[in-house]
Amino acid sequence: MRSVIAVYVENKYGVLTRVSSLFMRRGFNIDSLTVGETDDPDFSRITLTLNGDDHIRDQLIKQLYKLENVKKVKLLDEATSVERELALIKVRNTPDTRNEIMTAAEIFRAKVIDYTPDSMCIEVTGEPTKINAFIEAMKPLGIAEICRTGAVALERGSTVLM
Amino acid sequence: MNRSNIRMTGAGILIETLCEMGVSHVFGYPGGQVVNIYDELWRARRRITRILTAHEQGAAHAADGYARATGKPGVVIATSGPGATNLVTGIATAMLDSVPMVAITGNVPTGLIGRDSFQEINIYGITLPITKHNYFVTDVKDLADTIRDAFKIATSGRPGPVLIDIPKDVQTAKCEYRPADHPSAAGEIPGVNEEETARQLELARKLISESERPYIFVGGGAAGAGIADEVIKFSEKIDAYIGCTLMGLSAIPTDNRRYLGMEGMHGHYSSSMANKNADLIICLGARFSDRTTGNAEKYSRKAKVIQLDADIAEIDKNIPAAIGIVGDLRETFPALAEGIGTACHPEWSREIEEYRKEEKRIAEAADKKRRSSGTGVLSPKDIFEVINSLKSADTPVVTDVGQHQMWAAQYTEFELPRKFISSGGLGTMGFGMGAAIGTWFGCGCRPVLVTGDGSFGMNLNELATAVTYRIPLVIVLFNNGVLGMVRQWQTLFFGKRYSSTVLERKTDYVKLAEAFGAKGIRVKDTGEFAEALKAALKSSLPTVIEVPVGKDELVLPMLPPGGSTDDIITSIGEEDMK
Repeated sequence: MRSVIAVYVENKYGVLTRVSSLFMRRGFNIDSLTVGETDDPDFSRITLTLNGDDHIRDQLIKQLYKLENVKKVKLLDEATSVERELALIKVRNTPDTRNEIMTAAEIFRAKVIDYTPDSMCIEVTGEPTKINAFIEAMKPLGIAEICRTGAVALERGSTVLM
Repeated sequence: MNRSNIRMTGAGILIETLCEMGVSHVFGYPGGQVVNIYDELWRARRRITRILTAHEQGAAHAADGYARATGKPGVVIATSGPGATNLVTGIATAMLDSVPMVAITGNVPTGLIGRDSFQEINIYGITLPITKHNYFVTDVKDLADTIRDAFKIATSGRPGPVLIDIPKDVQTAKCEYRPADHPSAAGEIPGVNEEETARQLELARKLISESERPYIFVGGGAAGAGIADEVIKFSEKIDAYIGCTLMGLSAIPTDNRRYLGMEGMHGHYSSSMANKNADLIICLGARFSDRTTGNAEKYSRKAKVIQLDADIAEIDKNIPAAIGIVGDLRETFPALAEGIGTACHPEWSREIEEYRKEEKRIAEAADKKRRSSGTGVLSPKDIFEVINSLKSADTPVVTDVGQHQMWAAQYTEFELPRKFISSGGLGTMGFGMGAAIGTWFGCGCRPVLVTGDGSFGMNLNELATAVTYRIPLVIVLFNNGVLGMVRQWQTLFFGKRYSSTVLERKTDYVKLAEAFGAKGIRVKDTGEFAEALKAALKSSLPTVIEVPVGKDELVLPMLPPGGSTDDIITSIGEEDMK
């Protein structure tokens, strides 16, 4: 089962190493990890996504709690949270594929942010499933390279993590 | 003397803050990047005793032994680079057994960090996975609070080692030092939820009242919390029996009628059987390691588990718990015991008696095979019978790792807590010498170190430390000429192919001890051993007593690796040994 976990951490020396090395050490496989400063520069917020059974997920949350620099860990409920990811996708631009790429980009509300006679770079934002779908659509048209940010998520409504 | 707001160097602030934390002993080894700290230690020599070991690993084990014997955090100091890396095994040993320790390392000045400078190593990165927390201090202004936090973290909740890496320029930089006005509050235990605890306690009491075969399982967490008396009273009330892990040994007096012994791969028969057939296991500060449970899938399938632990991540980690109660056992256990009704389970007690009878029968059968006098070797059980008869209640028994350790766990009789000092989780051969030295400085009682020729060979350089500080250690050296524990596996599971387990060394341990300035004696039988031990227990110098042990001696009972109590091996026929 897929889980999204929000982690509020102190912005201290080595905190990202501490969090990421935990996964290897405890044998957890995560799908994505994003990190960025919060409105308070002393703290950062990490969003983790992973696929695994409840036991693995619960262990991960408990082990995260034990890290001294971790202030809060919360399992986000997909039904009551919003989730977004951004991807930059470079595709080959040929006269045969150009129209199809542009049409697909429009349907996915993606933006072309770079254009040369033989390549295009497309920015797409949305839930990770939408990004996956867009990538699938681009595959037959010739993907050159991809860069994904990994998911970020917040709870809906006025609920806050800290 | 009013010391408020004095400008001091980082090294001076470090020492002042150590004094604030109540530190009276530091173990360690000097070097280029801690020479300022050692200079300040020299100035503070009337307040803090420095103990110089032969090797940083010995110093780390000494700080660990000090902490195990006293419950207070042990402190170790080492220089950068190899000094710091030599601490690694000692820190990991403390981590795996949840021992409070503060390790302080020097490092090259911040301007030289990252340039592969002389004796520069990223000890912060190296020790990330083997510390409860660690620090790299970049500003002298943060130093005092970092040290205070380090002690708080090392000692609170589930204890563990904390490392502080201090670059040389931070040690020499000056800033205002302000002593802490009052001791800092105890550290918070992550994951404690009072409402949830109350709910779980209620459910736990219900399970206990429904149980007909309750069994209490004491781990290092309960031993460290010092709740043994309450546990014994509780067991009387609910008519339960008590077993322990290796780390729980000596918490419950061996002769207590509720006590069945140690569980696990080489555990006592009766506790293993009680555990297997219990309908309820009340686990107090134990983590169900693989050496305790064997095959986790088959472990105590008939029992529900109530688990009390200071570490939320231990609940459900290895064995599913019906009830998990997170918090300091000094609070959660009395809360559980309160309001528990008296119960009586005659059927369970009768069964327990059966297990004890069977255990006795197994022991008597083994006794018949015990090698008689005149064979030139002593039986392990005989050795411990002598030790038990001559040691006093407050004698700490320290061990290394291997067969001798398991025999010590099986045969030593304890009356008082914190008297069994042994590396459990990491199983560190070479732990004993350093740990025995630290134990001596911690509790002031003469330790008996039980070691083997394999383990002793790893850190015997610390004999020099014991002689220098006139530590009257009694070192009982089981010499079977082989790496007995691995050899035992080869005997039982590897077709007796003794790959690299035969030592065939020509070491003369008597001369070796004498060369270090210690006493050395080799005994040939139990009578000689008793005489030698008597003398060693009165000696003012460390004594090495070399005891010849047969290389084919096995530690039994044994649950084969990956097996369960269903597969317990209690005896090996003479035929199998040929």
